[in-house]
Amino acid sequence: MSEVVGGIFTSHVPGIGGAIAKGLQSDPYWKPFFDGFEPVHAFLRREKPDVAVVFYNDHGLNFFLDKMPTFAVGAAPEYRHEDEGWGIAFDRPMPGYPELSWHIIESIVNDEFDPVTCQTMTVDHAVAVPFELAWPEGDFPVKLVPIAINTVQHPLPSPKRCFELGKAVGRALESWAADEKIVIFGTGGLSHQLEGGRAGHINTDYDKFCLRNLAPDPEALLQHDTLDIVELAGSQGVEILNWIAARGALRGSVHELASNYHVPISNTAAATVLLENRAVVHA
Amino acid sequence: MTMLAFAQSDATGKRVIPGTPVFDGASAQAGYALNAMCFSFNTQANRDAFVADEDGYMDRFHLTETQKRAVRERDVPAMIAAGGNVYYLAKLAGIFGLNVQDLGALQTGMALDDFKAALMGHAVTERRVNAQELAL
Repeated sequence: MSEVVGGIFTSHVPGIGGAIAKGLQSDPYWKPFFDGFEPVHAFLRREKPDVAVVFYNDHGLNFFLDKMPTFAVGAAPEYRHEDEGWGIAFDRPMPGYPELSWHIIESIVNDEFDPVTCQTMTVDHAVAVPFELAWPEGDFPVKLVPIAINTVQHPLPSPKRCFELGKAVGRALESWAADEKIVIFGTGGLSHQLEGGRAGHINTDYDKFCLRNLAPDPEALLQHDTLDIVELAGSQGVEILNWIAARGALRGSVHELASNYHVPISNTAAATVLLENRAVVHA
Repeated sequence: MTMLAFAQSDATGKRVIPGTPVFDGASAQAGYALNAMCFSFNTQANRDAFVADEDGYMDRFHLTETQKRAVRERDVPAMIAAGGNVYYLAKLAGIFGLNVQDLGALQTGMALDDFKAALMGHAVTERRVNAQELAL
């Protein structure tokens, strides 16, 4: 039987990729963020997951405005990070898992979600940076299923819809018969805004509200609609939708193992959270 | 927690968040050509072609005159007003040697050091680790 062992939630700023490319992990500006990954490394050494299911948003590498899916599931045999405009492309390929991708697609469509399915797909820093952070060396030891959520072009899916998507993916994973360990990623956030007169907006109160409730009471995050979140957390703070979906995929007794909140990285309030997903208790 | 400001609406009833352009269908239509050009900058050869002949490259992507003027003048707020989306504009900014902190300073009218200082004004690091369970 498969087992969803936990969730890794982290920011995915391009600047983090730049810091990795330049080897700045111990630089005083970057160290407090990178130190947040020590517990993640310990967890991954202990659990040795076989699969990573990653909820993220594309920033104009794989998808453009000509065809913008609200939800898209990767079903490719392999994924690559490519140049996004600033000349950095991490070269380690990320192995795919088409069989599991199609199992998830079958299952969530049966649950009345309607994703775009992608047999070829590139992944941008929103997947590549968390993978580089989680597994800094060697070949990636997991097979990847990427699930993209539109956080670019409004109207965006509601927080409730994203949470329900995550739960549907969680049910799909629980019904996956292979004897494999699965880790969930939610990437992006926390509060930040890049454009407009409010560029540089950061709301530590909202971020701490999210961090405090993520494990014990994720439904608290559903009380704000998408534009409320834009107002509270900034235009790009709405990437918390990826975290909300990822949290939905953890359906057991969820327990926080580590949380690292560090402001600022680039223009962003950054965070890394590690949640353990203990067995679902049936009444 | 910081409460929401009183929700504001424009004349058509659409919600307005001060200082925060919401990239919706209207913006996506208006900004299509500009964003399509920026999307092309994922490729180094296209970045080089733009640098070699900016006007010719903008013609290829059918930018509006307003969009062309905003690009020529490196006017980020005007690019946003013309439908530019910052996720795509970031690729153009990179060609100009600007990062997102430079963009933030340009759009808020602050000096770069002041913009960075404003971000540092929120500086905080809070860490919780269950070292025992993780055997750290």
